[in-house]
Amino acid sequence: MEKQFRIFRFDPAAGEPHYQTYTVSARPEERILDCLNKIKWEQDGSIGYRMSCAHGVCGSDGMRINGVCALACQKLVRDYADSIEITLEPLPFFKVLKDLIVDMDDFLARIESMRPYLIPADPPPEKEYLQSPEDHKKVEDVIRCILCACCTGACPVMRENPDYVGPAALVWAYRFLYDTRDGEFMTRLEKLNEPNSVWPCVNYFECTRVCPKVIPVTKSINMMKREIKKNLPNPGGE
Amino acid sequence: MVFKHDVLIVGAGLAGLRAATEVADKADVALFSKVYPTRSHSGAAQGGIAAALGNEEPDSWEWHMYDTVKGGDYLSDQDVAEILAKDSIRAVYELEHMGVPFNRTSEGKIAQRNFGGHTRDFGKAPVKRACYAADRSGRVMMDTLYFEAVRKGIKIYPEFNVVDLIVQGGQVAGLVAYELATGEIHFFHARSVLIATGGYGKVYKVTSNAFASTGDGLYLTYKLGIPLEDMEFVQFHPTGINGLGVLISEAARGEGGVLRNNAGERFMERYAPTIKDLAPRDMVSRAIFTEIREGRGVKGEDYVYLDLTHLGEKKLAEKLSDISSFVKIYLGLNPVTDLIPVSPTCHYMMGGIPTNTHGQVLDVHHNPVPGLYAAGECSCISLHGANRLGCNSLLDLVVFGRRAGAHICDELKNLPWVEPPPAPESATRERIGRIKEKASGDKAVVIRQRLQEIMTTECSVFRHEETLGKALDEIRALEERYSRVSIDYKGDRFNTDLTDALELEHLLALGEAIVACALARTESRGAHWREDFPERVDGEWLKHTLAQKTDSGVSITYKPVNISRFEPKPRAY
Repeated sequence: MEKQFRIFRFDPAAGEPHYQTYTVSARPEERILDCLNKIKWEQDGSIGYRMSCAHGVCGSDGMRINGVCALACQKLVRDYADSIEITLEPLPFFKVLKDLIVDMDDFLARIESMRPYLIPADPPPEKEYLQSPEDHKKVEDVIRCILCACCTGACPVMRENPDYVGPAALVWAYRFLYDTRDGEFMTRLEKLNEPNSVWPCVNYFECTRVCPKVIPVTKSINMMKREIKKNLPNPGGE
Repeated sequence: MVFKHDVLIVGAGLAGLRAATEVADKADVALFSKVYPTRSHSGAAQGGIAAALGNEEPDSWEWHMYDTVKGGDYLSDQDVAEILAKDSIRAVYELEHMGVPFNRTSEGKIAQRNFGGHTRDFGKAPVKRACYAADRSGRVMMDTLYFEAVRKGIKIYPEFNVVDLIVQGGQVAGLVAYELATGEIHFFHARSVLIATGGYGKVYKVTSNAFASTGDGLYLTYKLGIPLEDMEFVQFHPTGINGLGVLISEAARGEGGVLRNNAGERFMERYAPTIKDLAPRDMVSRAIFTEIREGRGVKGEDYVYLDLTHLGEKKLAEKLSDISSFVKIYLGLNPVTDLIPVSPTCHYMMGGIPTNTHGQVLDVHHNPVPGLYAAGECSCISLHGANRLGCNSLLDLVVFGRRAGAHICDELKNLPWVEPPPAPESATRERIGRIKEKASGDKAVVIRQRLQEIMTTECSVFRHEETLGKALDEIRALEERYSRVSIDYKGDRFNTDLTDALELEHLLALGEAIVACALARTESRGAHWREDFPERVDGEWLKHTLAQKTDSGVSITYKPVNISRFEPKPRAY
């Protein structure tokens, strides 16, 4: 069948943002990324977007598809059977570098501000650190994060408060806060109690709705809020 | 502007990251990635990393070494396999200490599961040797090492395509990179360069590999006259999602899944009576194609079923959740209740840039090129021989990535700064200029898709002199067409139209090398199966292939295999 794509175009060196429409033949089981590739390879080589693994593992092709943040390689044409036209736009909130490519440096810097690495209290044992399967389970959901930034692009709070660290950074904070091998629980918790850390989240649940890896993002943020209230004398700086 | 670092590492997957973290405290090191950080293809590894920890049942590094050599159909260099098997235990504990979230046994140790070709007691029965984090083992390892690199303050150049390697008087002087965001071409001056650019599965039409897997690093060295080793050995993973090629991890069979033909028969019992569905990948892929050829493909088509329905919802959710989601998203099926249509998909390249056990790149006379290193899938140490075992690849990356990094640190004192030639980036400017200035010509996609079709139909699991010869002729014709390649977009910002065209030159040359080596090897060994020569012939062919690029085509020579411990025997499972 023929499918129409309306694609956001912007080259900062060449003028104002606009939309360009392309028509491509597409089978229902094809990925949106497959369609985008056909358009680029056969019709217009100037379209800019990122991609690599094409099956939802590398996290390159996060974008807004018909208004909802998603990975172009995880959505199929049949998912949009009711749409006459499929609109592709860059992730909201992010600075656009070209067409569907956004600047991710600040996003990564926010994650790095959470010290996303293990800081054990003691030197490592000769073999592995012991960790029960139950303790491992605490981080089982959040280790699915692929840093695609769909959650952060979808979060309404990000647009009201650009200094909010954002859901992805909080997922990474959670991943180390609840890793029983880590020795920095209280320091990490204090970091999370800063004004632009967990507290700006007001449960829109947009991050959870769009996460391509089905991570319970909002629930994880709420758990950390409860943890702060339980352990720190001044939750939310009160 | 002149960029200068002691050590440049090309590729930020696991091998590059592990090497970089080894060098970081001792020298000025920079990492290049053609994709944005954390997008490298190591992240797509699902099943796990092999190490004889013995956490679930008795195991030993000698069994692991034996399995590696036998899995490689005796083409693995045994000194290399020994280093790997012995060092695996330290390497896995190191990853665990760094924070990799491995699944756990009830005692709190790293959990282990079965994997293809890994056995106890020299082939008696399957052994649980694969350490894993659900079915996203590569991704969590890469993220762990990436943030370790960030923590160490390693300089990273993201979305920089390395397009040329500069060697002066036989020693590395640096490299030339194309900056994707701006279109600028830069020379980077260095004393040592490590190539860690991964595989080149994009030579084939159906592959589990990423779009970025175009073999750039191999081409950089090949172009300089350095040979490529064992290029005919291409691994087809038995269980790609039919048509798409998306990987369904061998862990699915490690956890108890089985393959079935159109009659519902568990056909691997006939091909590998001892370890059945856990036979090495080359054997399982051949078995699948044999079933299909003999009319036992499902619904008369070119696929078989992977049956996970007896594993239960809990096990699928806890240990195989990513692949369950792939099956749901791309096929609309539920692995708890539905059979999964699968067929072999190009997955891994055993061949690559020849190196010694320190990662030093070897020239055609087997001498190290001062300052030049390679590690990971782009290299050929040769560890995996004619067929790699599952879970040995992540291990290869961290063991030999670290060794290369350590050796670079030791060698730096012997590596002076070599004066680069004047305007070292001029050849790249010309190459890019030639493509950009063509007003019309062949689009890269047309040539690329034709190459991928030829490779898939003529040089995949089953091969024959006639079809290989035809393929070689056609690839040469495509190379001729490539001289007329043109692009739509002449701009400078994120011009992937241009980088696609540059990468096509790499794919064509590597495709040609694969076919030429496959044509020359008139025996069947591991992943290289010649229908016209279906026997393994140790007397004549127990040797590594070296392919060198010359003006008149691919020149082929050979070098011996290191056999220190296990004499070749017939390979049955």
